Parts: sequence; structure tokens; C-alpha cells
Amino acid sequence: MTLLEAPARESTGGGLASAARNRLQQLLAFASLIVICGFFSVASRYFFTYGNFTAILFSTVVIGTLAIGTTFVIISGGIDLSIGTGMALCAVMSGVFLVDLGLPLALGVPAAILFGGLIGLVNGINVSVFKIPPFIATLAMMLVAGGLALVLSDSAPIYFTDVEGYVELSTGSLLPGVEFPNAVLVLLGAALVAGVLLTKTVLGRYTYSMGSNEEATALSGINVRKWKIAIYAFAGLFIGLAGVMISARLGSAQPATGMGYELQAIAAVVIGGTSLSGGKGSIVGTLIGALIISVLNNGLQIMSIPQEWQNVILGCVILVAVYADMLRKKET
Amino acid sequence: MEPLLEVEGVSKSFPGVRALSDMRLDLRHGEVLALVGENGAGKSTLMKLLSGIHSADAGRFRLEGRPLEVTGPAEALELGISIIHQEFNLMPHLTVAQNIFIGREPRRWRLLLDERALNAKAAELIERLGLPLDPGAVVGDLTVANQQMVEIAKALSYDAKVLIMDEPTAALNDVEVATLHELIRRFVGTGMGVIYISHRMEEIKAIADRVTVIRDGEYAGTLDSHATTTREIISLMVGRTIAGDARPEGVRDDRPVLLEVRGLSTKSLLKDVSFDLRQGEILGFAGLMGAGRTEVARALVGADRSDGGTVTLRGTPVRIGNPADAVRHGIGYLSEDRKRFGLLLDQSVKANISLASLRERFATAGFVRDKAARARAGEYVGTLRIKTPTLEQQAKNLSGGNQQKVVVAKWLVKDCDVLIFDEPTRGIDVGAKEEIYQLLNELAGQGKSIIMISSELPEILRMSHRVVVMSEGRVTRVLESDEATQESIMHFATLRPDENPEDAAELGIDAGPAGSASPEQARKAGRS
Repeated sequence: MTLLEAPARESTGGGLASAARNRLQQLLAFASLIVICGFFSVASRYFFTYGNFTAILFSTVVIGTLAIGTTFVIISGGIDLSIGTGMALCAVMSGVFLVDLGLPLALGVPAAILFGGLIGLVNGINVSVFKIPPFIATLAMMLVAGGLALVLSDSAPIYFTDVEGYVELSTGSLLPGVEFPNAVLVLLGAALVAGVLLTKTVLGRYTYSMGSNEEATALSGINVRKWKIAIYAFAGLFIGLAGVMISARLGSAQPATGMGYELQAIAAVVIGGTSLSGGKGSIVGTLIGALIISVLNNGLQIMSIPQEWQNVILGCVILVAVYADMLRKKET
Repeated sequence: MEPLLEVEGVSKSFPGVRALSDMRLDLRHGEVLALVGENGAGKSTLMKLLSGIHSADAGRFRLEGRPLEVTGPAEALELGISIIHQEFNLMPHLTVAQNIFIGREPRRWRLLLDERALNAKAAELIERLGLPLDPGAVVGDLTVANQQMVEIAKALSYDAKVLIMDEPTAALNDVEVATLHELIRRFVGTGMGVIYISHRMEEIKAIADRVTVIRDGEYAGTLDSHATTTREIISLMVGRTIAGDARPEGVRDDRPVLLEVRGLSTKSLLKDVSFDLRQGEILGFAGLMGAGRTEVARALVGADRSDGGTVTLRGTPVRIGNPADAVRHGIGYLSEDRKRFGLLLDQSVKANISLASLRERFATAGFVRDKAARARAGEYVGTLRIKTPTLEQQAKNLSGGNQQKVVVAKWLVKDCDVLIFDEPTRGIDVGAKEEIYQLLNELAGQGKSIIMISSELPEILRMSHRVVVMSEGRVTRVLESDEATQESIMHFATLRPDENPEDAAELGIDAGPAGSASPEQARKAGRS
């Protein structure tokens, strides 16, 4: 019995240590966010204002929504490159439903979101049934969705001027008495739902499980194929939601935009501490990651640093974030 | 009494290969049945049939007298057949409890996970089995031995009637193996049986009641493990008798010293490691897991940083800062993990053999001279008797023994004089082991100096001209061939000078206050 008892303390220590480590990771991302905010507050007196903060949150909505969905896919060990142009296609579909077909808002918006789920479903089937590597399957979908967005809209923007209440979905303010855009509420709501699903439900558990060791998950009797499709389809709903939010913000569906958003979203996920090799990550982390990107863009803009340099800096931030994560892993 | 599990006349073919033909076995209630056979004998095919990954072409399975038909992993688990696969099948990012009950999580309102109930269930199971596990610990942070315990807990949580363990001790040290065996004896009882697949004969004798031998996909016989000798089992496995009392060849004490290592130390583990390697000698490195044998090799070839110590090669001090330096000095390191560090699995035999020497030998102005590479590779395939249909065969399609030979050939082409073999026969079946031993003896006979790190004492005793014994990062003794016995090696391998003043006195070391940190380090080193 002594043999069996001896290592018990060690494993307990391991459990505590790893829990602390996960918390530390989120703390670190959050601390970086605070540091960056602090820096800009000192560097520019226009930064630390209520108006600017809501502006930052507002500008986080689209990338944040996309990133939340992608977090599921990436934790499960996959990748989704089709979210950018997929979002443009969903924006166009929203136009088709609401403007061309004249569906009421309560029908057209859910339809556009579900269309995003359809994009994800196709991705999921390609990845899990036809065994096409996620990078390739979603790269193909990126091209297909980008092309379809142009075809369905005749390459012209669709304006929502006559759709009552559409723009308010994004820019209106439901909260009484304060200037707080609805879009931010949508993002927070989406994050809450996603966070609960990821941490408290079977779908979330299998997402981690597959990303951690897919074969083991399958051998445990879990229908990996089915759940993988579910994850991509679920992530697709966020493509649809992002499509609605971006077109509501602009008041129009812009079929040619979208390309490039996927990389920003993936960057947010990675900065937030989600591992590209799967098995680990969180919605809170992703939100912080998306905020870091927004704050950087916003702060650098306020400091009148040209757009080109903003990308350079963002690239460096990604490298630093991932490298810091690797250093932490090495220590343990 | 009716057997628990019966396998009868089972055959299975894959395109071009007959994996099993007319295989049978029976597992009784409450017994541990060892299943042994060389690599490729059909053990894993049989396991895949039982777990429903493949289905049999012919034959029948019966569980508790009832016909058994398994259609997939989930069904196998439901029917009471649990398999612990050789490669760990755990999710390293999830906790112990989450791993054990994956796919069967307690829920509220169908969708929501009930984490508290999950942890309670796991704690109850762990307590019932008497395992040293914390349900909330993340599996990736556990030692290999404790991960194995998680696998067992998971397998048993399905109310397994038949538990199949495929090489459960491949990565465990002796103490951990003993713990595992104690655990197995505790849970095996009526209505349950264990099929225990292993290569290690001592273990089979220690844990199994009977041994079923499979050879070339066919049933070769079943023996009572207590009334049989290891040699009988092995000869049944390979279909021939193997000389079990072979001794080291060419032991001489007048060989000139080729490599002198003095005071080699690392921050994490090694303390003042000194030894000589003589020309044409096979120098065995023995010790328990975590003793620092692999670390010596890695520090020596510059793969890890050393904190102090000198290396003298042919009388000249040399500085080895990285593995490329080591190779330049003619020191080749053959990792214990061939598949990860030794081979390009998707590349051809030829490409693997020529890889290390590509620039110096097989290239002109950056262009590869394929003909030269092919000729040289062909030569070594001949002299080392590498069994491969062509030089273009992918390395992954060779057997373990032949893969090892390909790695050897790579270093021979490179003209290495010092070859460091880390666990040269790990994962290689008994028949092919002999060939590797013969190869090592031949290489030494040609004047190559060999360091052989091995966890298998019989292998150390059979091959080593001298044995360096290590414990806790120190060399505790260098034994001459005639002094080396299982007992003497184990004695010096278990000295713990850092904890035990008597051991320190025996070794003539001052027991310092820093001692308490060292078992921790040893464990870390064993894990990495």
C-alpha cells in the first residue's frame, strides 16, 4: 500500500499547479490588455474616455464574434479559414432575405445566421466525412463563399435603407439612458452562450477532448464524426451572426469585404491563449485577444500611426503572445 | 467451468497479408492470461477484432458462453470488453475524472455537464481501486505510471469483464511495474479476466497464470506460466531455441582508451559523471529510470547543456556544444525513440541511410548524387542484413529491428567510431533482438566503441564488456564483466547517497544538505 500512497501527493500538486497555470494564462493576457490600455492612456489624452471605450468595444464586435466561433474549431484541433468571406456571404444572404425577398426582421435575421450554420455544416462534412484536412476544406470554402457573395449580389452592395430596425441591431441602444451600442450587447451575449456551451456542456467537453486526442476520443466510444460536424456547424452560426452585425453596422451588405477577417479572428484566438494544436483555450481568452487587437488598432490610430505600421505591430504582438505561451509551457 | 472468453478458428486477412489464421484462445474467470508473440505475429489484429475496429473473416467469439459480435469501440465497451492500448489513449488536457468518464458524463437536463457528480463518481471509483490519483488533476501533468492508472480506472469503470492490456509496462520502471501488478491482482476476480500482452518475460512469469503464444498469426500453444521457463516460451514464440546463456564477446582489459569523460555535470541531474570508453568495447549503462543514463548520452553529444566536465577523445580534449559537433568527432547517438528522433518514417531506406552524410559524401555543388547514395545504401543493406524489398521502401514499413539497422547504417556511413545506443532493442521482438546483439558484437569486433544504455538487465549482462551503474545522476560503480550480476547491478543502481548516509559512506561522498531536492529532479528527468 505504501507504494500506492506515495505518489498521491504529487498528483494532487499537479492538479493544483495546472489549475493555477490556466488561470495565470488568462491573467497574463488580461494584464497585457491593461498594460496596453495604460500605455495609450498616457500617450494620448483622447484614449481614456467613455466615448472611446465604447468605440473600441463596438469595433471589436465583428472580429470578436468570428473569433468566438473559431475558438471551438481551433480547440477541437481544426482551423476555419472560411469565416471571413463566409461572413460576407451571410451579409449578402441577409440582404437577399430582407431586401430582395422582403422577409420580416424576425425571420430574415435568423435565416441569415442559420445560413452561416449551413456554411459550417458543409465544412464539417468535408472535414469529418470526406477527411479533407481542415486547412484545405475551409480554404476551398473561403473561395466558394467569397465567389458566391459576389454572384448573388451581382458584385454590388445591398442597402438595408428600407429595412426598418436593421441598422439599430448594431448601432441602436437598448439600454435606457446610456449610449451603449446594441452590437456590444450582442457580442457579450454570444460570448456568454459560447462560454457556457464550451465549459458546461457535452459539446464543449468533446471539443476539448477531440483536440486533445482525437483517436482516444473515438476509442472511448464517442462518435467523433458527428460531433466534429456539430462543432463546425455551431461555429458557422457565429459566421452568420457576424455577417448580420457587419451589414447592420454598415447599413449595407458589402460582398467584396470579408477576406482578411479570418486571419484577424484567428490572431485574436491565438493571443487569447488557445493552442493551435488543439485541446486548450477559452472564450474569455478569445475576448481578451480580440480586445487587444481592437485597442491596438484604436490606440495607434489615435496616436496617428499609419495603418501599415499597425499591421506590423499586430504581427509582433502575435509572435510575442505565442512565444510567451511556449515559454510558460517549457517551465512546467 | 465455462471460459469467460473464447476465441475459436478466427481468421483475418488484409490485402496481401494473412494476419490471423485459425487463431484460438480461452480466458478463464479470474485469471491473467499473457498473450505473447513477436511483433507482427497478429496480437494487435486480434485486439482490433475484439474491440470492433475490424471484423473477422471467419471464426467465432464467445463471451460467457454467448456468441459475441462486436461492431465498434462503443459496443465493445458496452459488452464489457475494455482495451488499454499501447499508445496512451488519454486526453492530456482533460482532468482525471473527465478522462475516465468521457462519453458518459453525468448530465443535468440532458445537455449540461454535472461536474460535481462527475468528480464524485471518479473519486469513488479511484478510492475503490485504491489508486493514487486526484480526480481534478490534469492528466498531462501526471507521471507515465499514474497515466497508466487512469487508463486502468477508465477501463474498469465500464464494468469490464475482459480487460486487455497491450504492453502496459513499456514505459514503467520496476517499482511502478510492481505497483501495477499489485493492482491487477486486486481487481481480477470471478466474472473478470485480463489478457496481458507483453514482451517482458520476467513480468509475464510474475503476473500471468497462463501464457498463450501466437506465431505468424496462428495459435502456437498455451503454457502454465509457473511451470514453464522463459526459454520454453521464447522458443515457442520464435519457433526455435535461443541460446539463453550467451555472454559478452571479446572481453579484454588491454584495450586503449578512446573516450575519457571526467566530471560531467548538468544543472538538472548529473553529478560528477566520469568514465572511460575503450576502443572496440561495449560499455553498458545500467540504472533505474531517472538515474540519468540518457542524460549522460545527451550531455555527451551536446544535445543538452552540461555545467561542467571534460571530454577527451584519443588523448585530445574536445568541446562538444551541439550534436553536429559530436558527429564531426565521430560520435553518433541512436535515440531510444527511433520513430521520433532516428528516422524519417515517410522517406525511403536509401534516403534515411544517406541523410547524415548527404553533404560530404553524396552531393556535388549542392546536387545530390543519387547513384552514389544508392550504391552505399545497398552495400549496408547487404552487410547489416536489413530486410527490405527495395531501397525505395519507406522506413515506416520496416519492422522495428530493421528500422534500428537503418539507423545504424546511417551512422556507419558517417564513419562514426563511437556509437551510443539508447535502448537498442526497445520495441523489437525477441527474434530480432538476437540479430541486433549480433550486430553490436560485430561492430565492436570491427573496432567501433559502443555505449549501450539499457533498462533490461539480461541485455546488459549479455552484451557489456563493462557496466557503468548509475543512480540519482551519479556513477555509483563501474563493474567488470565478471563482477556484473543482476544482484550487483541492482545493488549499485539502488544506492541513494543523497537520502541515505550509509550509501553515501559506501560511495565516499559527503551527504550534503542539498540532497532533498534530488528525487524530484530524478523524477523530472525520467519523465522528460
